[in-house]
Amino acid sequence: MSQWALEQIEARIPDALEQKYVDRAGGHWGVVKREKIADVAKCLKEELDFKLFISMDAVDRLMLPEPTPRFEVVYFLYSVSRNEHVRLKVFCTEDDPEIPTIRHVYQGANWSERLTWDFYGIRFKGHGDLRRMLLYEEFKGHPLRKDYAMRDRQPLIPERPIKDIFRGPGTNGAT
Amino acid sequence: MSADDYDPSPSNDELEAHLQTRNMVVNLGPSHPAMHGTVRMKVELDGETIVKVDTEIGFLHRGFQKSCENVTWTQCIPYTDRLNYVSALGNNFGFIHAVEELMGIEIPERAKYIRVIGAELHRICDHLTATGALGLELGAFAAFLYGVEARELLWDRVTELTGARLTTNFGRIGGLNRDMPPTWPELVEKTLKKTEELTAEVDALLTRNRIFVDRCRGTGIITTQDALDFGFTGPCLRANGVKYDVRKAKPYWVYDRLDFDVPVGASGDNYDRYLCRTEELRQSIKMVRQCFKEMPEGPVIVDDWRVVLPPKQEVYSTIEGVMAHFKLVMEGIQVPSGEVYSCTEGANGELGWYLRSDGSGRPYKVHVRAPGFHILSGVNKMIEGRMLADLVPTFDTINMIGGEVEQ
Repeated sequence: MSQWALEQIEARIPDALEQKYVDRAGGHWGVVKREKIADVAKCLKEELDFKLFISMDAVDRLMLPEPTPRFEVVYFLYSVSRNEHVRLKVFCTEDDPEIPTIRHVYQGANWSERLTWDFYGIRFKGHGDLRRMLLYEEFKGHPLRKDYAMRDRQPLIPERPIKDIFRGPGTNGAT
Repeated sequence: MSADDYDPSPSNDELEAHLQTRNMVVNLGPSHPAMHGTVRMKVELDGETIVKVDTEIGFLHRGFQKSCENVTWTQCIPYTDRLNYVSALGNNFGFIHAVEELMGIEIPERAKYIRVIGAELHRICDHLTATGALGLELGAFAAFLYGVEARELLWDRVTELTGARLTTNFGRIGGLNRDMPPTWPELVEKTLKKTEELTAEVDALLTRNRIFVDRCRGTGIITTQDALDFGFTGPCLRANGVKYDVRKAKPYWVYDRLDFDVPVGASGDNYDRYLCRTEELRQSIKMVRQCFKEMPEGPVIVDDWRVVLPPKQEVYSTIEGVMAHFKLVMEGIQVPSGEVYSCTEGANGELGWYLRSDGSGRPYKVHVRAPGFHILSGVNKMIEGRMLADLVPTFDTINMIGGEVEQ
């Protein structure tokens, strides 16, 4: 798996990785220090040939046994020549949900970072165009945070009060 | 001045006169046939040349992730149908495969073969739709009709397997919820023969059609560097000559035992993407036939009542059966806490899942890496500086599916 890439990062950028571990399915993870993520991404792309941007997203740890730090942002990259994925993770706290952008390294991170901002409220420093991706600008809050209520509805135009036996009434969860 | 003296060519200063023009902003979509119904593009035009494109998505957002976090793992499967609604089986199986990887379950051989058949049949449907719609939007309506006829026949076969044309909800964690009907292989074979005929028709109508080639070749080009950078996968990346296919790179199910080729293009334009899709479609037909030939007899789901609903006979007659059934329905499958990134090859590229479980019966986090999302994010690189008319075939060949892009 991507053990090799993590070892290379350790050798090239000392103290970039806080921790390394292996998940249940045998995937190797590297926890990157927040301020080093852009350097690590650059190193992976330019020196280690991880050129294909796969994806990124965040996890809200509020309901997990260890809820602090509140957020983690996960990155997946792939190297066609080595045929392996690399899995990276960055932690950030609730008070300061800000991470350096990697948009200048991978253009694909543009939309993914906007999506993460949209749903988790994590800001990407230096992104430059951090608009909401799927939701509308008037939307309040970040719906994939665990403290965002499942039935909280914010329609742009008023919904008709249809009684739905499964979801409850359609308007804002009330009456 | 007599008619003989009249000089029709304009004078020099008339030619050099500066015409005051402003860039025009045109809204394409969200309700526009070429935008496939769900995307809005703010296109800034200088004459007919596109200066800048701002793609706005989210009109089809359904809260996929939030919904998944609030239901059991099995109840997520119908939500995955709606991601890529043209090839729902690929999504169903991709999600289930990721959960199985997280739990460490090995599924029976027969289930693996049926999964490959289902996924490949739906891949054929997806590619037929993409190529057919490409023809349609470039004025070749007949090609679309041939493509859709084949697609409908394949969907009929899918209906016989799963009970639904589009929203299949097929497959369960640990295998499949039912075996294929006994007479199904012959029906599929008949349909595949017809599909081959119909794709040959589409091929004859489009591939060497002068108008079609002129509109597609050399338009919507993306460099390999940019394609990788934006996260293009599937036919869109392979059209650039990068041979990355999850089925070959990290074979899952029985892909390592099947004999198939991965077609690659060279120039990364619309025509190469079209050719990649048509060839992939033929490879898929080949794979389905191989699977039917090699498929063993046997069960289609693991025999583990912690994961799989017990047979109804047991539920109605034994206390263990009732208990297992009750716990699975009320609490859901107890996926051990942990995380996994797993990927399969969807019709449009790498369909990745980042799943997180906290040990309860519900997913803690379901991240889907929809191939279309990343391809759409790079679309402005492909059309800026080009003609407005090139936008239409480009948008077709990237085959953006609103359901997966907007989750």
